[in-house]
Amino acid sequence: MATDKTSLQLVTNGILNENPIFRLVLSMCPAVGISTTVMNGFMLGVAVLFVQVFSSCTISLFKNVIHPRIRIPTYTLTIATWVTVIDMVLAAYMPAAYAKMGIFIKLIVAFAIITMRLEMFACKESVTASFWDGVGMGLGFMFGMMSLGLVRELLGQGTILGHDVLGFKPLLFFVLPFAGFFCVGLMMAFFNYIELAYRRAKRA
Amino acid sequence: MMAPNYRRILLLLLCGLLLPVAARAAGLAAKASFKGTNEIVLSLANPADAKGLGDPANYRVSEEQNPDISLPVAQALVSADRSTVTLSFKGPLNTRLTHLVTLHQRATNKGQAPETFRVSKSYWGYLLSILVSALLINNFVFTKYLGLCVFFGTSKRKATAKGMGITFTIVMVVSAIMSWFFYQYILKPYQLGFLQVVIFIGLVSLTVQAVDTVLRKVNPTLFKAFGVYLVLVIANCVIIAVPLMLADNEYNFLESLMLALGAGGGFLLALYLMSSARERMELANIPPTFKGVPIAFIVAGQFALAFLGFSGLKLF
Repeated sequence: MATDKTSLQLVTNGILNENPIFRLVLSMCPAVGISTTVMNGFMLGVAVLFVQVFSSCTISLFKNVIHPRIRIPTYTLTIATWVTVIDMVLAAYMPAAYAKMGIFIKLIVAFAIITMRLEMFACKESVTASFWDGVGMGLGFMFGMMSLGLVRELLGQGTILGHDVLGFKPLLFFVLPFAGFFCVGLMMAFFNYIELAYRRAKRA
Repeated sequence: MMAPNYRRILLLLLCGLLLPVAARAAGLAAKASFKGTNEIVLSLANPADAKGLGDPANYRVSEEQNPDISLPVAQALVSADRSTVTLSFKGPLNTRLTHLVTLHQRATNKGQAPETFRVSKSYWGYLLSILVSALLINNFVFTKYLGLCVFFGTSKRKATAKGMGITFTIVMVVSAIMSWFFYQYILKPYQLGFLQVVIFIGLVSLTVQAVDTVLRKVNPTLFKAFGVYLVLVIANCVIIAVPLMLADNEYNFLESLMLALGAGGGFLLALYLMSSARERMELANIPPTFKGVPIAFIVAGQFALAFLGFSGLKLF
């Protein structure tokens, strides 16, 4: 049973229609916890993209030899292996960024989005399709994290990627850790509003 | 034949626990305790035979682990009735560690050997502080932002929240104990630290599978009530964060148990609070754009703000 979507459709599906953060409401912990700057979001996005693509491909390759009853532990161990790889790579080559993200890199192993994509997509589809689906989901996650980081960094510190753009700090509130909850909630409401307005315009 | 052995091990364990409480020096000083972060108070049993107690040069204080590094005493104050001496230090002491205080000959009577006594905090108090810290001060949901997917997914009804919280606490405690054994006796001796993530998550999925199988056979009614939540436990970051934390901090067995209990209890508390608020919110008139998940996030943010108030709490 192969999907009839093209690779481009698979990628855009991950970024827009089934965006992991704003649409599926999965993997919220990093979205609240460390989305204080664009750079943080980008780094974690890269790590998740890597883990998602490689685990999707691995499971898709071995889908015929995995017994259905032990599939969940198999997924978990596959993800854990790739997380260990990216964890060690980041710790070796980017110690500063690694220290900032702390425990969250290791926690990728428990992100619901990756397991869910393996269960829903990679265990049924071909390697190529799984690869593009993984890319889409990873980019979608990165997009979500970076847009949250952009809002929080711009409103909280008046900077983008560390460069001063506003010259003043509009709302210091957004830098505080717990503001992640408010920020995610407000952005979701914003996207809902756009969707409602779009539907209303379509009907009229 | 297992039973007597078992009992002896338990007894030994208890003795080991009580050791810090019983450890107290006889002789000149009857009691020594920390006061604040940079003072040690000595209560004297025989104030009469104490001379030169007010001279800071007569004391030598060090941490038990590194006895070679002496911590300089800035001031030694003898109380009016000569029953207590307060030693003040310039910098704060690490009050979690046991400290050794040595009184030199000049302070005690002539011919007496220098006296050494230990200063330590009550171990039970320390354990309790780990528990309360994980429960309230560093609540995993509201101040560490972990386990949010499951938190928002299962906090719609109070009944669901309780079921998820209890299931989670049980799995958390069992898997934390297993992870502790694996880390201390396999990963650390053979220097396999890089396998932490793989081993810990493997243990969690094993625990979940085992609880699932056992519960299904032993107590089907309970399984019906809690079985649904078992799968969700794996998708919760807290379950992997706790083993990683206790490996990082080198906690011993009891401390690990307290951290796991605190994490589970804290998650249960957060779920219960949130579900109570969300049940009420269903009756409220919420703007359509905020309905569902967005308003839940805003409410969680307010809870997080409230939990920030615990951050100043200090126990023992």
